[in-house]
Amino acid sequence: MQKFRADLHIHSVLSPCADLEMAPLKIVEQAQKAGLHIIGITDHNSTLNAKVIRDLALEKGILTLTGVEITTKEEVHCLAFFDNDEALDTFQQYLEQHITRISNPDGHFGYQPVVDKEEKVLELVPYYLTSALKKGISSVQKYVYDLGGIFIPAHVNRPLNGLFSHLGFIPKDLAFDAMGITGNTSEKHVRKQYDLDDNISLVYNSDSHFLEQIGTRYSVFNIHKLSFKEVKKALNQQDSCFVEII
Amino acid sequence: MLIVTKEEVEMKVSELVEKFGLKVFSGQSGLENEISGGYVSDLLSDVMGNAQEGQVWMTLQTHQNVMAIASLKELAAIILVKGFEPEEDTIEHSNEEGIPVLGTDKATFEMAGNLYITLM
Repeated sequence: MQKFRADLHIHSVLSPCADLEMAPLKIVEQAQKAGLHIIGITDHNSTLNAKVIRDLALEKGILTLTGVEITTKEEVHCLAFFDNDEALDTFQQYLEQHITRISNPDGHFGYQPVVDKEEKVLELVPYYLTSALKKGISSVQKYVYDLGGIFIPAHVNRPLNGLFSHLGFIPKDLAFDAMGITGNTSEKHVRKQYDLDDNISLVYNSDSHFLEQIGTRYSVFNIHKLSFKEVKKALNQQDSCFVEII
Repeated sequence: MLIVTKEEVEMKVSELVEKFGLKVFSGQSGLENEISGGYVSDLLSDVMGNAQEGQVWMTLQTHQNVMAIASLKELAAIILVKGFEPEEDTIEHSNEEGIPVLGTDKATFEMAGNLYITLM
């Protein structure tokens, strides 16, 4: 069993609200500087910059969970990760199909560039990426699981766009691998505030929109090796794997 | 957010349905519930914290948690605005709890205004 530092909630330049410095190589370099072994790339409702970051991170020995931060119909933000490109691409189609399209002329809401390794802009996504999908949280979750993905309600302790702020409590049929927390808090405080049992894993993430934020919040994964499957096991407290917030 | 409460108000959900031509999606057994006022919010945690027993709640949220909160707070009915329709499990809950889920094509502002005038 080994310990690996993870920050699973990082935005790239593709997110309209993220700094334009959040380019693939810079994210990877900063993650390395911060001592992270696992990063999650989670742009708003798009997976299109995740693969290029994964490829660069791999060269540095960092495991990338390629994923997305979904805005559900209820405007609850949730993280999803997929362990192969086929599932990731299938989910990208789902996002494009179900997002509420609000045009983003001249970067009104912020620029949304899809970039390559050299930061060359391949495409500017023309619609606002943070707007809600037309799919409710439970059906999004089921689809993520159909594709073998990981599903984590994001920053549940935040007063906006969190599971508890918008839906009051955990829907009884909602499955998830863990819950994300962010900001200045402690695991103990969050568990007490929302009455969360120890069998629900919490992951502490930075929700980075700027380079210097990467790794400022992190969790430690106790797993046998660096892989998507082991991460999923740890989130679900299986096979003696687990996550801790230190 | 808008709160309407008045002790002496006496109106039943069924009268409200008739007056404003509301759709009744479910929870018919609760149509005789007495209305004590109204509450408007789309954040369920806010409704959980602030709505009062007997109020009619206007929202565009259709998730099944809406019903669980209505039942917890013993609300008289829910009105879904702007033509929104309840999800299947929301309907199921509504029937079990006897709390009607109603619908209108009106926007929240207009529906809440109408209810306010009616009750005050």
